[in-house]
Amino acid sequence: MSSLAANSIILYLLVAVALVMLGLYGLLVLKDPIRRLIAINIMGSGTFLTMIAFARRQDPPDPILHALVVTGLVVAISATAFALRLILAARESREAAASGSTETEDE
Amino acid sequence: MTPGTLVDILSWTLMAAGICFYLTGALGLLRFSDFYCRLHAVTKTDTLGLGFLALGLAIASGSLRAACYIFLIYLIAMASAAVNGQLLARYKLEQEQSQDDS
Amino acid sequence: MTVELLPDLVLCVLLLVVAWSALFASTRRDAMALFVAFGMIVALVWARLGAPDLALAEAAIGAGLTGVLLLRAARKLPVSSARRFDYRRHLGALTFIVVAVSGFAVSIILPSPADITANNFDSPVAAAMPDSGVSHPVTAVLLNFRAWDTFLELLVLLFAITGLRQLFPIEKESLEPARTWQLLVSWTRTLVPLLLLVGAYLLWRGSSGPGGAFQAGALLAAGCVMLRITGMLPPLHWSLFAVRGSVCAGTLLFLCTAVLTHSLGAGWLDYPEAHAGTLILMIETLATLSIAIILTLLVAGERKDLCS
Repeated sequence: MSSLAANSIILYLLVAVALVMLGLYGLLVLKDPIRRLIAINIMGSGTFLTMIAFARRQDPPDPILHALVVTGLVVAISATAFALRLILAARESREAAASGSTETEDE
Repeated sequence: MTPGTLVDILSWTLMAAGICFYLTGALGLLRFSDFYCRLHAVTKTDTLGLGFLALGLAIASGSLRAACYIFLIYLIAMASAAVNGQLLARYKLEQEQSQDDS
Repeated sequence: MTVELLPDLVLCVLLLVVAWSALFASTRRDAMALFVAFGMIVALVWARLGAPDLALAEAAIGAGLTGVLLLRAARKLPVSSARRFDYRRHLGALTFIVVAVSGFAVSIILPSPADITANNFDSPVAAAMPDSGVSHPVTAVLLNFRAWDTFLELLVLLFAITGLRQLFPIEKESLEPARTWQLLVSWTRTLVPLLLLVGAYLLWRGSSGPGGAFQAGALLAAGCVMLRITGMLPPLHWSLFAVRGSVCAGTLLFLCTAVLTHSLGAGWLDYPEAHAGTLILMIETLATLSIAIILTLLVAGERKDLCS
């Protein structure tokens, strides 16, 4: 595996910063909860990209950072799945509340 | 001209042809008017483009083992592209029919 | 500026453009589809950066499971109307990013670019590899040197599934099963054995090359999700012992190993060198099972699966 040029690593670091900032901006201005979830995920990708770009300074790449990101990917998907369910549940309970007092709470 | 450069020229020509097909497919996806035309553009050019690209890569790799891997990948990609195209078209068709009924 | 920078530039531009359009697409469905495409491009970036483990995991998780997750959510949400192109928002994002990135470049990278990219420390992993019981460094870190992280990560998955179970009293009814087209059914029948085979291979391969519990678990979960949404797999009732057992199996084995190694005098999760390879393979197998079942439940689980 040939080592990557130093310029490429700097390029990927800059793109990682841009991704985190893009996600942060989206998180701040967007209203739709699904889009906000996507924004958080993009921020996460930017963070992972920073770590992997730093790992690439060595040849072969640093396995500690790779292992951390593998763990992070699985945590990210489980958090995303949970957040999506929360969004759906929040919408449903709001709809139920809006549909009037005909439905009684069973909790 | 050595056999090596001949192989290079052959594989690069095949890959360039594949890329041309991908470009026409992207153009069709952007410019065609309705859903079925776009699907047609993408699936047709995908078949040819990926075929040429895989052939070029298999020749360039120079080993039978790698060529077999590439062929297997090509088979799976083709099958899934065909199935996905079919499913998308059927879904769209059913949606349109149910809209006509209501 | 060299030719070698060209693929990196192409990938970076693609990454930014797709992330941008995933955030500001006109409809919510477009945003979701573009986010799946973003996952594919990230997988390519990992491959380019010499991280095949990550590329495998990202292709299965970022492009496969996230896609199913978002599309299923999209079926339950009302269709959002197309939004007008709002140039102020794009302009705002552009300013925000340009200011931040140039600030980062000026303050950190420009003063000493060589320091950032220099390889000025030796990773302790290479020196410790012979004692780890496996020959692939990423697996060694995941399951031996930093096994705590992996253990806690399995706990996070358990927390997620527990949280999911609490939500179901609110959710009214589950979706009707996806329309079972004959083509979809037969394609699933072809694909799932293949996924099973590749998953098992990745698990086995993990000790000596790219692969391992996470990638194999994600692939198996993808197969289970396909079977589940075409209705070929019956609901994974939470009351079944097999389901609960496989959800907890990875964590439990980790815990037992930790207690055992501690009581035998070594540190927590400090494997005896002679049995490290066997132990890692056992933990990985059960962790794969747990990850596969938990991810299936997280992505495709419904009331029938989780509350009966």
